[in-house]
Amino acid sequence: MKLFQRLVPWILLAVALFILPAALDDFRLNLFGRYFALAITALAIDLIWGYTGLLSLGQGIFFSLGGYAVAMYLMLNTKSLAGGNGIPKFFENYGVAELPFFWKPFWSPAFTLIAIWVIPAVVAGVVGWLIFRNRIKGVYFSIITQAALMVFFHFFNGQQKLFDGTNGLKTSTSELFGQLVGSPDMQVWFYRLTVILLPLAFLICRYFTSGRFGDALIAIRDDETRFRFAGFNPVPFKTIVFLVAGALCGISGALYTVQSGIVSPQYMSISFSIEMVIWVAVGGRGTLVGPIIGATVVNYLRSLVSEALPEAWLFVQGALFIFVVVLMPDGIYGWVANGGFRSLLAAFGIAKKAKTYPRIDEEALPVD
Amino acid sequence: MSMSEPLLELNDVSVSFDGFYALTDLSLKLYKGELKSIIGPNGAGKTTFLDVITGKVRPTKGSVTFKGQSLLGVSEQKISRQGIGRKFQTPRVFENLTVLRNLELAASPLKNAFSLLGSGLPKAAKDEVHRIMNYVGLAPFATVKAGSLSHGQKQWLAIACLVAQAPEVLLLDEPVAGLTDEETLRTAELIKSLAGDHTVVVIEHDMEFIRDLDFDVTVLHQGQVLTEGPLDQVKADPRVIEVYLGPPEQ
Repeated sequence: MKLFQRLVPWILLAVALFILPAALDDFRLNLFGRYFALAITALAIDLIWGYTGLLSLGQGIFFSLGGYAVAMYLMLNTKSLAGGNGIPKFFENYGVAELPFFWKPFWSPAFTLIAIWVIPAVVAGVVGWLIFRNRIKGVYFSIITQAALMVFFHFFNGQQKLFDGTNGLKTSTSELFGQLVGSPDMQVWFYRLTVILLPLAFLICRYFTSGRFGDALIAIRDDETRFRFAGFNPVPFKTIVFLVAGALCGISGALYTVQSGIVSPQYMSISFSIEMVIWVAVGGRGTLVGPIIGATVVNYLRSLVSEALPEAWLFVQGALFIFVVVLMPDGIYGWVANGGFRSLLAAFGIAKKAKTYPRIDEEALPVD
Repeated sequence: MSMSEPLLELNDVSVSFDGFYALTDLSLKLYKGELKSIIGPNGAGKTTFLDVITGKVRPTKGSVTFKGQSLLGVSEQKISRQGIGRKFQTPRVFENLTVLRNLELAASPLKNAFSLLGSGLPKAAKDEVHRIMNYVGLAPFATVKAGSLSHGQKQWLAIACLVAQAPEVLLLDEPVAGLTDEETLRTAELIKSLAGDHTVVVIEHDMEFIRDLDFDVTVLHQGQVLTEGPLDQVKADPRVIEVYLGPPEQ
């Protein structure tokens, strides 16, 4: 089982890099590119929730910030999308003649590449620090992150003059290196980029979760008060992982945006951020492979179900979540790693039952 | 610092929770190397007393000083780093870390996030962790998650972690709650072995254990010091008997 656990990441990487591009058509490959982009968000949530115990319901903020960053760059640098005064056409609809100041740095590809992860990281760092230093924990943390998500949603949704409001920014018709971003060739490149960045995100998360820093994160999750009394200040630890998770979500959002063809305030909807948490729960929190499996499996399932029965997905997703919470509290990966197949076979009498402690025979106990 | 100056001093400390006074004008001095047991009936303010020292509860009035420096408004982690360590009433260990990792975390000489990210534990600290682990007999469980230890083992791990933290003052809140007689005896031995290098305060209900420790006893009642002295003297005090057993029948 140890060897199996060690091989899982490499098997997944090999399948994603070589087998999927050969086996799938452009449309399906693009879908998998999106799943893997979302898997980076799942990793980020596992880092803060699975390891550190911070259940954030607002990761959509950072995801969208990354998405908007890349979309703004693409909008600005595509001639066909520019209106009369050289700025994106949608501004004309709202009578905006001059580019808003914060759009201007996004002319630069270098700035954009940094902004994709630095802006979400800074926002996460500041928001996180303010929350953590005030010792807001548990369910209150979750509520605050969700409230912050709603603030961002309404801001982006309401500001037509700044972000085209509810329409979002369409990237599929924009151009990069003289090619249409939505073209199949470009999409294959984005897929490859995603497949390379996902393991990097995995390694970043492993860096933070292994060793003594990782022990500290688990200690914070188990008993934060006790952690303080051991002489540690939990605030920097929590702020660091929340910041790193924000950066990862930003990268994830940017990759997802170019592959789905649009970024819109819908990425900041409450349900989407909750879905992100569901992927991690389904895959297995507290393991780093679990969230990747979770994000991929749940989203693949979503595509399949939506294609067959468009209305059924939410019910299936809810059922899946309940199924996992009740029957697989450690998620798919945790279940397999803990010998789940064996116990399943044992339940049907195919394999031997695992040895366990004998049950205490209550009648054998002396009665006073 | 001269010997006559107390290491830790509480002066006229009161703590009120919405008008209920858990401590009322409590004054108490603790000298370097002193060993003290604190007893008192439920609600006497024993745990609140520790909360005040360790920064968990801020007193409504009064002063708390450690080596002449005020501890009021200082965060828990800073007080801990100054050398005041505390074991909680229930054995609180990090359940999802192994015994070894629990101890290594406690023994970490540098407590900031970046130092934990960058480097491993220094050799000296590692050796100390192994020494402590062997001493308390938890070495065979080094790679076992703390959550699957028995209650007694958790108590010992909690005390061992406190020792690994290398504080000057150890505050032990009910270190033998829920332990068997034999474990209690061994815990008394363990705590007595800490004497000399450390200043130790033990809060307990178990009178056998208090007798085994043979520390000076302070009796708390209604948030105040009722009396102090050797156990036998304290036990003979009619006020202590009254507090524990109720007023004598007429």
